[in-house]
Amino acid sequence: MNTVLPIIEAVNLDKYYDKFQALKDINFSVKPGERVVICGPSGSGKSTLIRCFNGLEFHDAGKLIVDGIEVFEGSKQIRKLRQEVGMVFQQFNLFPHLSVLDNLTIGPIRVRKMSKPDAEELARKYLDKVHIPEQADKFPAQLSGGQQQRVAIARSLCMESRIILFDEPTSALDPEMINEVLDVMVELADTGMTMVCVTHEMGFARKVADKMVFMEAGQIIETAPPSEFFTAPKTERCRLFLDQILAH
Amino acid sequence: MSTPPPYAPPKPPFLVRLFDGVFLSLVLYVAVIGGIVYVAYNGSQAMGYNWQWYRVPQYFYRLTDDGFQWGEIMIGLVKTLQLSATAFGIALALGLLVALLRLSGLLVGSAVALVFLEIVRNTPLLVLLYLFYYVLGPIFGLDRYWASILCLAVYHAALISEIFRAAINAVPKGQWEAAKSIGMGQAQAYRYIVLPQSVRFMLPPMTGEAVNMIKSSAIVSVIAVAELTTMGRNIISDTYMSFEIWFTIAAVYMAVTLILSIGVSYVEKRYAHPE
Repeated sequence: MNTVLPIIEAVNLDKYYDKFQALKDINFSVKPGERVVICGPSGSGKSTLIRCFNGLEFHDAGKLIVDGIEVFEGSKQIRKLRQEVGMVFQQFNLFPHLSVLDNLTIGPIRVRKMSKPDAEELARKYLDKVHIPEQADKFPAQLSGGQQQRVAIARSLCMESRIILFDEPTSALDPEMINEVLDVMVELADTGMTMVCVTHEMGFARKVADKMVFMEAGQIIETAPPSEFFTAPKTERCRLFLDQILAH
Repeated sequence: MSTPPPYAPPKPPFLVRLFDGVFLSLVLYVAVIGGIVYVAYNGSQAMGYNWQWYRVPQYFYRLTDDGFQWGEIMIGLVKTLQLSATAFGIALALGLLVALLRLSGLLVGSAVALVFLEIVRNTPLLVLLYLFYYVLGPIFGLDRYWASILCLAVYHAALISEIFRAAINAVPKGQWEAAKSIGMGQAQAYRYIVLPQSVRFMLPPMTGEAVNMIKSSAIVSVIAVAELTTMGRNIISDTYMSFEIWFTIAAVYMAVTLILSIGVSYVEKRYAHPE
């Protein structure tokens, strides 16, 4: 029954920053529509891994194929790849000189060569989806952190990409704003979007993840469906980590 | 029910209040300026200088039988502005190019940019002007006007490229990543995301450079380009009114550069977005 081809497939990935090995022999795959949550202590290579998926970083050894495109430094296909793989950053990275609406339309207009009215219609549709249609004309700095992050999610959605990567989307938020962002992410998961999330929000992971991945020191230590992952982690290291972040 | 007296914070000490007050500041200001004028006036009296301010206005404009005519100073000023504006335009383009070369990460690019910067930075402006006029001029057929424009452009391009570089580097790395992650290429990311944001960082130093450009354009008077300073020299050689004319020329430069600075501060507000 395992005939669906993976949309992300990494084989034996290694990545070095000078002498420091950030990724060690990573084997990893994501099927279309699958929701994967990657967790692990800081410095374990989670962010580096997902940044490789849209070519913000490049691996040094091994093979990585995302949405049918082989990812490597200098590939002519990288821009095409990035249009298919959206990314939501920890620090939002909205464009501060553009209004919310322009933040959402600049990609479709300049990259996808969409007409302005079409792009605006699209942008308003996705602003609705993230529940802030009324903020279209404001500037990012006039929004709360949670609203900014939802704009950032809408910005990726506007590119109508097939995969969205989340790099600790709630880590920079005040506690009372985390849920509004997670709610949007859960709704997004319900639409069947392929999602790879680096997050420590285990409640969210339990709710939406099809697959949990635990990383430490650049290696994938454990991969399991959430039911097993949370109740019966196979490795001692993973159990310790879970104990620590679920302790309170 | 009695309301408590409103709390008043303690006042600053008497001397601070005195020197911070408008009245005393004004008095001091007038005294200092008056002193300088008095010393200058006395000095010139002592050397028997014959002030002839009444002869100055005719060099701004004349009303003759033929009607209204601009005077030499105004003609020189227009030339200075033309010269500086053209040179500044070229300097902006060249400066951006050099900055992008340095930021390109290509070894050749940064090497070329560095050699250019070091040559220009370590050559006196006057020597550079002579180089352009006496060496490059005959080789490339540049007249004195274009030799001075190119000299000023190259000289200021070096400084302007550093302004561009600093302003581009001041845009956070996350902006690049966000631009790339929606599929933008390098050129698009520069054009739509990074450069518009760096305008804010570069406007104040760029204004300074424009002011510098207008001021350093005076040096081209040594190769007799008919701009403001040259005009001043010509008038003086006709009339011997060196005090009046040099004061006037300095005042004209100052008026232009002040107007420029004020104008830019309005533009700056346009580029401001909510923080």
